[in-house]
Amino acid sequence: MSSSKVIHAFYNDDEVVLDAVKKVKAANHHIEEVFCPFPVHGLDKAMGLAPTRIAITSFMYGITGLGIAIWLTYYTMIADWPQDIGGKPSFSWAENMPAFVPIMFELTVFFAAHLMVITFYLRSRMWPFKNAENPDPRTTDDHFLMEIPVHDNEKELKALLTKSGAVEVHVIDKEAH
Amino acid sequence: MSHYEAPIREPLILGHKSYHDITEDIAKPIEGKANKNWFIAFYISLAAMLWGFGCIFYTVGTGIGVWGLSKNIGWAWDITNFVWWVGIGHAGTLISAVLLLFRQKWRMAINRSAEAMTIFAVFQAGLFPIIHMGRPWNAYWVLPLPNQFGSLWVNFNSPLLWDVFAISTYLSVSLVFWWTGLLPDFAMIRDRAVKPFQKKIYSLLSFGWSGRAKDWQRFEEVSLVLAGLATPLVLSVHTIVSMDFATSINPGWHSTIFPPYFVAGAIFSGFAMVQTLLGIMRKVTNLEAYITRLHVEYMNIVIILTGGIVAVAYATEFFIAWYTGSQYEDYTYLSIGSATGPYAWAFWSLIIFNIITPQLLWFKKIRRSFIWSFLISIAINIGMWFERFDIIAIVLSKGHLPSTWWRFEPTFVDVGIFIGTIGFFFVLFLLYARTFPVIAQAEVKTILKSSGESYKKLRDDNHE
Repeated sequence: MSSSKVIHAFYNDDEVVLDAVKKVKAANHHIEEVFCPFPVHGLDKAMGLAPTRIAITSFMYGITGLGIAIWLTYYTMIADWPQDIGGKPSFSWAENMPAFVPIMFELTVFFAAHLMVITFYLRSRMWPFKNAENPDPRTTDDHFLMEIPVHDNEKELKALLTKSGAVEVHVIDKEAH
Repeated sequence: MSHYEAPIREPLILGHKSYHDITEDIAKPIEGKANKNWFIAFYISLAAMLWGFGCIFYTVGTGIGVWGLSKNIGWAWDITNFVWWVGIGHAGTLISAVLLLFRQKWRMAINRSAEAMTIFAVFQAGLFPIIHMGRPWNAYWVLPLPNQFGSLWVNFNSPLLWDVFAISTYLSVSLVFWWTGLLPDFAMIRDRAVKPFQKKIYSLLSFGWSGRAKDWQRFEEVSLVLAGLATPLVLSVHTIVSMDFATSINPGWHSTIFPPYFVAGAIFSGFAMVQTLLGIMRKVTNLEAYITRLHVEYMNIVIILTGGIVAVAYATEFFIAWYTGSQYEDYTYLSIGSATGPYAWAFWSLIIFNIITPQLLWFKKIRRSFIWSFLISIAINIGMWFERFDIIAIVLSKGHLPSTWWRFEPTFVDVGIFIGTIGFFFVLFLLYARTFPVIAQAEVKTILKSSGESYKKLRDDNHE
């Protein structure tokens, strides 16, 4: 069962790990994951990760919030119970719209921010009582961990990783755990 | 050279630090035991908080008649404190959101604590309108809920309702922005915790953060978008607070410059509070290598700028009040009438604390001095409180008819609740300083190579 085996290569410098990722990619190996203690710029591109679309979701959530604000102010102030407030009667939403701009703005931001953050948490599988999945506690301190699946090329990979500046290289059988 | 920074820029992280040193330094206040000073500060704050809660219970039990209000001055200390606390909150968002958009690296050492300050300050602010309702258990009536009293809805034309939406959006968005930034740092504490209980708590708080490359990619995008959303949000909050006054037709309140001037004043007071808090915190938690003289100077520069905007706004208000030639304008909070009348002490406190004292910061020596910055920040905190007190109490004390002239005198309950909120604020902040990573360590690690002292030195020596 060589397919459940992975190599864990540890690095202790962000520039070294970035170069190592490029080298491993150049040698046509698949990088399963890189665990980092802090964001490394350019790492996602080097690993070939697709750009995140989370900002687009935020825009759509914001549009939803704006729509809800328009509907809410229209329904409550114009349709359901129109009142003459301060000599400004509520005949049409458009004429009263300037007074609703703050509400429209706030609800746009409220929806865009909260739903985006919830999307982020769910997509990255984070919530209270979720167990962490980083294989080594040092990856939140000062070590970077590259995980590469092994397919009968253990020796070659080990040599490549050590050459690329890894400070530790372990082969781990995931199914044994 | 991804880590290049001009040699002329001073380092933001002092000494010879490695990534692991940063972890150690920021975990230390959490893993160590609290010292005596912490306990003294905590118990004083706790006592103030309990006294304030007592005053709140007394108010709610008896009615808001126990405050020094009357039919002419229907809000005074409560709304003063509300605006003061909301204003203080603004610096946190400015540091974490606006400075992120401007790519200011110095924000990374202070954003976490500044944002904690925001959240705790907005808690205090929110208390006042709720207590002022007299029947706080009905506070949910401000929400647009269909109700059993006929289908009467909340009034979306009212700035007070805009406030409800603005403050609750602001508080909740600040909270998730703060928490999202905290996840990797909680994970750091979790992964090095040795006590099982501590490990459990920080596992729960970190939401299972694992630090995958994809997580970081999303994390950075989410931070950027949240900063983009929080920037107009923070400006909208104090704009809307100022509209509580500006949309009325009172002389002294009916003023179109209120929104920008309130926002500048909010940032001014907020930075002063950050300066006060961090002046103490950097010493107590031994984080002098991260919160440096340079950070203090940068904050003081923001204080001079926003303080200057506030000073120009005061001058404009004063001039316009005089220029109208209207006798009703002669007793607005910035006028000859108020400078010489029974509230002259409040008027001059505002001018001295808010306009004259901050001018000292033009001197580089003073601006880079910890003790001077601390003292000036206290003066600004007091001055900005007086600004709101003057706008509210002085303006309301002289209406159009002499029969409405009345002087506001606070009762012990007014004072007690205010002291209570200061106590509550410091209780929260002190607990935070012992249990949360007070510096965004993951972010600080990203600037270590570009802005760390030893790395900069190494690079500059090589270039010579």
